[in-house]
Amino acid sequence: MAAPKKVSKIKKPAKTNKPKRQKLSRPGSLSALLRNHQRVAVDSLDRLFATAAASALTWAMIAIAIALPLFLFIVLQNLQQFGSNLDETTQISIYMELDSSDAELLAAQNALNSHPTILSTEVINQAQALEEFQSLSGFGDALSGLTENPLPAVIVVTPNTEILEQVRALVSELSNIDKVDSVQYDLDWLQRLYGILNLAQRLTMMLGVLLAFGVALVVGNTVRLAIENRRDEIVVVKLVGGTDSFVARPFLYTGLWYGVGGGILASVLVLLAQFFMQGPVSALADLYNGEFVLIRLSLIDIFNVLLLGGFLGWFGAWLSVLRHLRAIEPR
Amino acid sequence: MRMILSRLFSAKMIKFDAVSKRYPGGHEALNNISFHLEKAAFAFLTGHSGAGKSTLLKLIMQMEKASSGQVFVNGQNLNRLSRRQLPYFRRNIGLVFQDHQLLFDRSVFENVALPLQIAGYDSREAGRRVRAALDKVGLLKKENQNPIALSGGEQQRVGIARAVVNKPALLLADEPTGNLDPLLSAEIMELFEEFNRVGVSVLIASHDLSLIAKLRYPVLTLDHGRMIRGATEKVVSDS
Ligand SMILES: Nc1ncnc2c1ncn2[C@@H]1O[C@H](COP(=O)(O)OP(=O)(O)O)[C@@H](O)[C@H]1O
Ligand SMILES: [Mg+2]
Repeated sequence: MAAPKKVSKIKKPAKTNKPKRQKLSRPGSLSALLRNHQRVAVDSLDRLFATAAASALTWAMIAIAIALPLFLFIVLQNLQQFGSNLDETTQISIYMELDSSDAELLAAQNALNSHPTILSTEVINQAQALEEFQSLSGFGDALSGLTENPLPAVIVVTPNTEILEQVRALVSELSNIDKVDSVQYDLDWLQRLYGILNLAQRLTMMLGVLLAFGVALVVGNTVRLAIENRRDEIVVVKLVGGTDSFVARPFLYTGLWYGVGGGILASVLVLLAQFFMQGPVSALADLYNGEFVLIRLSLIDIFNVLLLGGFLGWFGAWLSVLRHLRAIEPR
Repeated sequence: MRMILSRLFSAKMIKFDAVSKRYPGGHEALNNISFHLEKAAFAFLTGHSGAGKSTLLKLIMQMEKASSGQVFVNGQNLNRLSRRQLPYFRRNIGLVFQDHQLLFDRSVFENVALPLQIAGYDSREAGRRVRAALDKVGLLKKENQNPIALSGGEQQRVGIARAVVNKPALLLADEPTGNLDPLLSAEIMELFEEFNRVGVSVLIASHDLSLIAKLRYPVLTLDHGRMIRGATEKVVSDS
């Protein structure tokens, strides 16, 4: 009876050990894959920091390529606010000559009120114009030293049509009236601004797309060099059974980190530019009487920039891997 | 199912069936080679320099493809091996090079751990296996060193540890003692014999005839791409 007991005592630990060991090592499982991803992600970032000077150069190139269109895009978004209140500005401003009297001003207004395509008129005489300007511009003190009022009287005309051709006809008719210095049709320059902004937006988009390709190419080329540098390792890895994706993984992560790092740096550049321009821009915003809200780079924007940078870096690395990695085979 | 199983159990470790290899450029490195190696066998592959020894090993590793004929490893026809399957196939074969092919940007331990990393072992199990392999080749104390700091014989032993760490069924070696003096060569051979003793099939390409003569194992001899000895003889393990 004693002998079998001994045997079972010896066998038991072996029995419980076996499944444990298999549980610990389950090569090829999902957790093994995740483990490899984690290891490679950390390792490839370490490698970038190990060659900090070279990496910084690549990061800077990527950052500039992302920051430039990004900053332009934000500037455009800000400028577009001027066109947003289009309805209110379907107005024509008639600037009278400086020597026109208040009587002449009223006479002109009366004549305009009976015009078939005019809905209403409003007169701002010279004194009112000065007052308004002083209160809004902050140049009050400078102007109070002047002996003569430099501001002309204005008749603001609201047409009863929104058809551009009719408004244009009205504008040219108005500029022929006696004592009228100039006629300004706000919609006209707004439309021009709008057109220019649209064009600028297209150009920015084109620039953005080109620079995005630039980022992918820069990363692709850097990754090509990395592949070349690790040629021996790739050969050995392939010989001991590394799959194509195992071999490619470090380089894809390298590209990803280049892109994300470039995105971080780009965000910093844009934030710096914003800080640098804050003074003049907020002074300008005050002039617009609170209608103008400064649009800045938001946290979500930054997140998107990192995402985009990461994608471009990964994509560039992928192109490079596709071209160069398969060619390296053990011989 | 039964047929597959019986084929697997009866399969030879290596089987060449009228294999020729012509390199681009027209040079015929192997000419109509047929032979087989039983499971758990130990054999030498010899012949003059340029006879085609390395080419034969490369066909087994699928580093090169046969121009004609068929190569079987463990019953698997390598002509039918897809690019996707290739890495998994190679994990069953350990390969030892003359120039050991170690990576000098990492420690001895990390060099040996590479095949396990690739196969997806967790670090605990991998560490256990790496130390077992290093222990077997007598280099456990040097696991943290860079292989560049080791002697030629030690480097070769690290290469062998890496080749066996994944417990392959087949161990191939291409001139493993080419750079070593006779004493170190004998040590390396002893290592291969030890692995063979636990059931690993071993095929060693070498032109070192004095070394081969000392050990009484079957010999396959190549001459200008033709197998002049061993092709018709039975190459079996009887140890
Ligand atoms: N990649 C290659 N391209 C062309 N010829 C090759 C290549 N590899 C080997 N050879 C030729 O094939 C023949 C056999 O080479 P190899 O298998 O290396 O011989 P061994 O290993 O027996 O010295 C030699 O004549 C060699 O020049
Ligand atoms: Mg050779």
